[in-house]
Amino acid sequence: FFPWLVCRWRGGDCWCRTVVSNLPYEDQRPRNQPNRRYAGNAVKTNKYTLWSFLPINLCEQFRRLANIYFVGIAALNFIPEVNAFQPQVALIPICVILTLTAIKDAWEDFRRYQSDRELNGTPCLVYSRSQHGFVERRWKDIQVGDFVQVLANDIIPADILLLHASDPNGVCHMETANLDGETNLKQRRVKSPFDPLSFNATVICEKPNNNLNHFKGFLEKDQIKIGFGIESLLLRGCTVRNTAAASGIVVYAGHDTKSMLNNNRPRYKRSRVESKMNKEVLCCVFLLFCMCLIGAVGHVIWLKTFSSVPIYFIPDSDGNETPSVVAGVYRFLTMIILLQVIIPISLYLSIELVKMGQVFFITQDIDLYDKEKDMRMQCRALNITEDLGQIQYVFSDKTGTLTENKMVFRRCTIMGTEYPHTENGESGKWVGQLWSHQDTTVGRDNILPALPMDRHRHRDSTAGIPSLAFSSPLEREVIPDQNLLWSVKEVERRGVAGHWGLQGATHLEFFLALAICNTVVVSTETAQRQRVRVRGPHNSSRSRGLLPECMEGLFAQFPCLRQLSSCLKSVSCRRHSLSEDPVQSTLYDIPTSSSSVVSEDEVQASSLAGPKEVHYEAQSPDEAALVHAAKAYGFTLLERTPSHVSVRLPSGTTLTYEVLDVLTFDSVRSRMSIIVRHPHTKEIILYTKGADSGIMERLRVIANKTQKHLDMYANDGLRTLCFTRKVVSEKNYYDWLVLRQGAMAAIDRKDELVRKTAADMETNLTLLGATGIEDRLQENVPETIQALREAGIQVCVLTGDKLETAVNIAYSCKLLDQQDLVFTFNTENTFSPALRREVCKNMLSGTLAQLPLYDTQEAKVSVGLVIDGRTLGLLLDSDLQEGFVQLCTHCRAILCCRTTPLQKSRVVTLLRSKLGVMTLAIGDGANDVNMIQAADVGVGISGQEGMQAVMASDFAISRFKHLKKLLLVHGHWCYNRLANMIIYFFYKNVAYVNLLFWYQFFCGFSGTAMIDYWFMIFFNLFFTSAPPIMFGIMDREVSAAVLLQLPELYRRGQHEGGYRRSTFWIAIADAFYQSLVCFFVPYWTYKGSDIDIFTLGTPMNTASLFTIIFHLAIEIKSWTVVHWVIMVGSVVVYFVVTLAFCAMCVSCNPPSDPYWTMQEQMSDPMFYLVCILTTVVALLPRYTLHALRGTLVPSDHLRARQIDNMPPHHRDLWLQEWKKLKDLCASYPSLSSSTAQRYSTAQSPSLTLVQDPSPALAQSPSLTPVQDPSPSLVQSLNPKLAPNQGLNSAAL
Amino acid sequence: MMASSYNIKEEDGHHSGSSGPGGNAVRTKKPDNTAFKQQRLPAWQPIITAGTVLPAFFIIGLIFIPIGIGLYVTSNNIKEFEIDYTGIDISSPCFNCSQSYSWNTTTSCTCSIPFSLDQPFESNVFMYYGLSNFYQNHRRYVKSRDDSQLNGNLDSLKAPSKECEPYRINENMPIAPCGAIANSMFNDTLDLFYIDPNGTRTPIPLMKTGIAWWTDKHVKFRNPGGSSSNLTAVFYGTTKPLSWPKPVYELDTDPENNGFVNEDLIVWMRTAALPTFRKLYRIIQKKNSLTPTLPRGNYTLDIVYNYPVRSFDGRKRMILSTISWMGGKNPFLGIAYISVGSVCFFLGVVLLFIHHKYGNRNNSSDIPN
Repeated sequence: FFPWLVCRWRGGDCWCRTVVSNLPYEDQRPRNQPNRRYAGNAVKTNKYTLWSFLPINLCEQFRRLANIYFVGIAALNFIPEVNAFQPQVALIPICVILTLTAIKDAWEDFRRYQSDRELNGTPCLVYSRSQHGFVERRWKDIQVGDFVQVLANDIIPADILLLHASDPNGVCHMETANLDGETNLKQRRVKSPFDPLSFNATVICEKPNNNLNHFKGFLEKDQIKIGFGIESLLLRGCTVRNTAAASGIVVYAGHDTKSMLNNNRPRYKRSRVESKMNKEVLCCVFLLFCMCLIGAVGHVIWLKTFSSVPIYFIPDSDGNETPSVVAGVYRFLTMIILLQVIIPISLYLSIELVKMGQVFFITQDIDLYDKEKDMRMQCRALNITEDLGQIQYVFSDKTGTLTENKMVFRRCTIMGTEYPHTENGESGKWVGQLWSHQDTTVGRDNILPALPMDRHRHRDSTAGIPSLAFSSPLEREVIPDQNLLWSVKEVERRGVAGHWGLQGATHLEFFLALAICNTVVVSTETAQRQRVRVRGPHNSSRSRGLLPECMEGLFAQFPCLRQLSSCLKSVSCRRHSLSEDPVQSTLYDIPTSSSSVVSEDEVQASSLAGPKEVHYEAQSPDEAALVHAAKAYGFTLLERTPSHVSVRLPSGTTLTYEVLDVLTFDSVRSRMSIIVRHPHTKEIILYTKGADSGIMERLRVIANKTQKHLDMYANDGLRTLCFTRKVVSEKNYYDWLVLRQGAMAAIDRKDELVRKTAADMETNLTLLGATGIEDRLQENVPETIQALREAGIQVCVLTGDKLETAVNIAYSCKLLDQQDLVFTFNTENTFSPALRREVCKNMLSGTLAQLPLYDTQEAKVSVGLVIDGRTLGLLLDSDLQEGFVQLCTHCRAILCCRTTPLQKSRVVTLLRSKLGVMTLAIGDGANDVNMIQAADVGVGISGQEGMQAVMASDFAISRFKHLKKLLLVHGHWCYNRLANMIIYFFYKNVAYVNLLFWYQFFCGFSGTAMIDYWFMIFFNLFFTSAPPIMFGIMDREVSAAVLLQLPELYRRGQHEGGYRRSTFWIAIADAFYQSLVCFFVPYWTYKGSDIDIFTLGTPMNTASLFTIIFHLAIEIKSWTVVHWVIMVGSVVVYFVVTLAFCAMCVSCNPPSDPYWTMQEQMSDPMFYLVCILTTVVALLPRYTLHALRGTLVPSDHLRARQIDNMPPHHRDLWLQEWKKLKDLCASYPSLSSSTAQRYSTAQSPSLTLVQDPSPALAQSPSLTPVQDPSPSLVQSLNPKLAPNQGLNSAAL
Repeated sequence: MMASSYNIKEEDGHHSGSSGPGGNAVRTKKPDNTAFKQQRLPAWQPIITAGTVLPAFFIIGLIFIPIGIGLYVTSNNIKEFEIDYTGIDISSPCFNCSQSYSWNTTTSCTCSIPFSLDQPFESNVFMYYGLSNFYQNHRRYVKSRDDSQLNGNLDSLKAPSKECEPYRINENMPIAPCGAIANSMFNDTLDLFYIDPNGTRTPIPLMKTGIAWWTDKHVKFRNPGGSSSNLTAVFYGTTKPLSWPKPVYELDTDPENNGFVNEDLIVWMRTAALPTFRKLYRIIQKKNSLTPTLPRGNYTLDIVYNYPVRSFDGRKRMILSTISWMGGKNPFLGIAYISVGSVCFFLGVVLLFIHHKYGNRNNSSDIPN
């Protein structure tokens, strides 16, 4: 009886979850509940409870090796033979660290607990059998199998299978912004209507998983199975919109819901600097080992020098002396305790703090703020900021990343006739301009009267609702082509609606396909996304109030909408009468009025205070562009419901098609279709649209002319889509329908079956025409790519677009240059796989053989590489990998077209692992997620296609141009800061701890410390901790302005210039030297005198502090107020704390108290003389070397700093001249770099500042053979045209 | 995370932006355009090149050399006399004592060493005893004391700290003062006699007090039960350190310098930093401005030889020294200052040369026009 029992009885892991209604069991005890085994809806994201906090947290903390080390050291201290300090005191550092971490964890956990509690306590409506209706409960009371009702604008409490919606068509809209950030509304559909009381079906669905876009299952009721998918599932965390109420049965609750399963904690990535640093830590361990060994051996030797037992040797309690070898072992352990600080455990904590600060500053950058979207730059991974400063390869998506992903309908071809839409192109530019200067150009509307008058409204509405999907003016304004418009008019005028003549019908069918064949949802402007804050009787502050007054569609029962629909009716009538009338002016009449359907009647309509305009919600920008284009020609999509779709024709008549099926888009088929029944002829018509690759082979007749036009579009960088139509006979359709339904209800291989049935239907198509849509480049993309180039970063573009489109964009965004030598690997037209492989192999070896020729030429040729998806697949195979990677290293730019998401990530992984380079992947869509995750640094662009890329990324920006500042400035800064900070940290610890080590030579290696342990703790905790952290967060070698102007400066980070092994060892050597000075200057000063231990330690400690602080002062590149405060503050704090401690502690720190030592020393002038001398001697070499290096071998950075220090006017002048020189070298190929150098010195001696010729200089293409970059030539190298030239396919 | 993501959206006013175009008070996420947050704080950006550091080198040189000279002269003016009385050498008068004496000997051994001063000691003379190869800084030795016992704490007096082991309890009685440091206290008695040209021995008055730090004497070290009470009674129930000949309350007859506040004890308890050290033993005060404290002539040092150093190859010395503002005689600091100053000056010259030769090459920050 119980399905889950059956399920279990079937054996093993069952793949499904079975849910039945809870209502029949409402009054029964919990153990009789059928769904009791499923998780409830209460969520608990906090890790700890009040009681378990201490043990669990400690357990977690001790997973870190560092903490275990700490505890080990502290434990050693409890062995009397070994201890170096008082055992209790030795516990302090570990306790402090554990406590701080525990407090941080507890606070975070408490926050989670609070938000959980709030969420669990949110009210919701659950059906109750006893009360025969929905009653208010809290989220946590919901169980799987409950019936839950969600009102408009409420957050959905669990994953609910939609069974009822207030909308008569059974449609419910949901906004998933909370989940994936996508702002367009998603439709959910009722599959089978129900009544809670009589619901006796069993829901069988898949086990909980985290796939937000996939769900399958079926309802089993009296042996009938009704399949459903993701389109019937309301997801927890989303908001119901435009629907008064929706109800359904809970299938997943609480932690099983898709949103909770998707709830991943921020990824932990280990940065390159950090992993390198870990090796350095191992070096320190080795160093420590050596020093301890020296101590142990030294102690044994020292013991051997005594023939008898001196008075100051303390025997054991039983009066025996420890054998010297055993004593040596003990001393080894003592020394570990004493010198433990050499392993910079606190470095890890400090790095975390520094990175927090760095992230703070990155996110605060106003240049990375996007005003349009009100979005800051987001750092999602907190610990790889410095990787941004070392990027060597950037892998970029094209659509939405380099381009706006705001589609503009640009051209179309119908029946082999091309309509260029010249006016449209101009207006597009104009609108773009207006859009970017919208604040300043209010008055410009008058300049072009042809522009629609409602631009103001657009602006207002888009400003008010910041993230309307795909509805920028760019997409909405389409100016029709005059010729096409005329022919459309002609055709329509001649034919009675629905009975068009054959020759003209295609035009109308084409536009109908444009309008119908999509998934665009229509809503009115006011109904769209209303979020009225009305406090309903049951609403907590969290839920967003009751219904907006107008819900959805034109058919709702609300009065305002009735007004609207009547108003629309009147418009269409008027339009009808207008277009009947064959006046010439109608030529222009339609575009203006149709671009804003009702705006003509605005005055009339506004008095009714009703909504004025249809509004489209599209899931992809292409669809929006197409629907707007159709609208511009008078084919207005008025309404779309699951069952029908209405289109108003230019004549004003409204055609309402019955929708029989929608074959949704998938990337394998790369097309979508809609099957409709014509209202008049009752024919079943299939409209299909898709990429030419997915359409052309399914055509009834090959369309050569259109193909030619498509190639032309692609060459212009337009995105192409083909539109086809097919009339299906009733019989064929119903035969097919049976198969289709079977496929839909299938659970195993459902996707595959569905795809196959779709493909079965999409055959023998008739081509109507094709469209070319432009995707404009984002602003400053060429400049950004250029700057990244100059910074030594290789830019690779991986796109799914056609080769020609991609190449074109690559030229326009300066990825490829007109003077570049471009190799094209294209095997798309080689059909046999074996042959393709051979061709590809030959091409690769041929190219590789040619490359050295170019390299040896005096001026290097910059090489570009263009690869299509199929060839890429071959190149990624194991045997060609090596060659491909080798080829990539020679190329300045790489462009891969027609790539799948998987290929994108494989390219990234391959180059990353084979070349060991630091990679960055940037993208905006779901297809970039793989790539973003594969790269060292993933950057997501929060663009038009939702937030999936952002969710997977480490950093999220809103425009591609922000990458420039992010890498060149923030990356550079973060890397340098962190590298310097880490080096300094190592230095600091070694320099300080070595003081103790040198002392061992004078105390018989017995492990005595001449500095009180408290001071040693304070030293690290208070006196010297803040300066390096501040240094790591705030130091600035070169200002942002200069860094942006001179991208060449970025190169240092790429070659790890800030943090080399040698830098580390130099720092360690310097630390040894400085500690020697800090020890021996006081030693020789006080040698033979009556000085006591702590009094000797005081000047050493002080001198060491001064040395360490002033060492940092030498390293600090720019001193702001913060620097001064912290540096001076540290010294002041040192004296204050030390004096206070020495004055207060008489016998509080037994057995050895530093009472009054500091005061005694500070009253002695010798103390100051010793400290000054020590500090000067310790820092003299470093300071001198810095000065010598600054003069004799100045680095680029030093020169940049000199530029930075110039007065602003001079600086700009200098930078301008430098730019000019660079351009000059680039534009005159005959000018070799040496002449350029000479020229520059003649022009302005200042330009010698940068001696190291930039790559632009070095690679200035001089006297190279003709390199024709035109795509036609590139194409001519394709095996398609010259199949036998595989070997010589490399250019020329 | 899910839960918090709701909160983030709500807090950030994500939706409030769409609640109406009239909402001007909507908080945007726009970062503050402040100099701090935009990392544009006015900054001083020193560039270290030969040209910029030149003055620093010359200034250091010019300051250090005079200081060094001053220190050197001061140190040279300090008079110091040192005599080793360990008695290792057979010819030494203390040879017998050094050979026979050990910690267990009860009878004292005396010897006297004659010496002469070539120059008179004008100001106050400080008399030190010096020990070599005595590792007072041995880790376990340093800790073998109880500061609170020495501070007069009665509880610690009866139950000394564990750190004092094995010099904590003897024959079931707590040791006062406990620990190895106190146990190994230096206990030679040194007396100084001036030998007139006519042969008479004049004892030179040696001040026992004022040799310890004021704070040690008055704050850190205190007798239990205050200064006025009867020390014998206070220390009843405790026993003397193993190697001491007499208990702590019999160190001196002066009640102000007896018990734990005995300055010899205090000085000894301040453990020396290095294995060769000296400790202040007595002060010879200048009588009047006319006669030198120690005139030129012959002297005898009388030693009650109690302290064996043979076990660790140690040496015992007696040092007479005058003192200046910079303490005892030590030429190191003066020489160091002079040489560092010279090096800096020299480097300054080198840098000046380098700056003139190479500096102009990149000092082109001044663009023409």
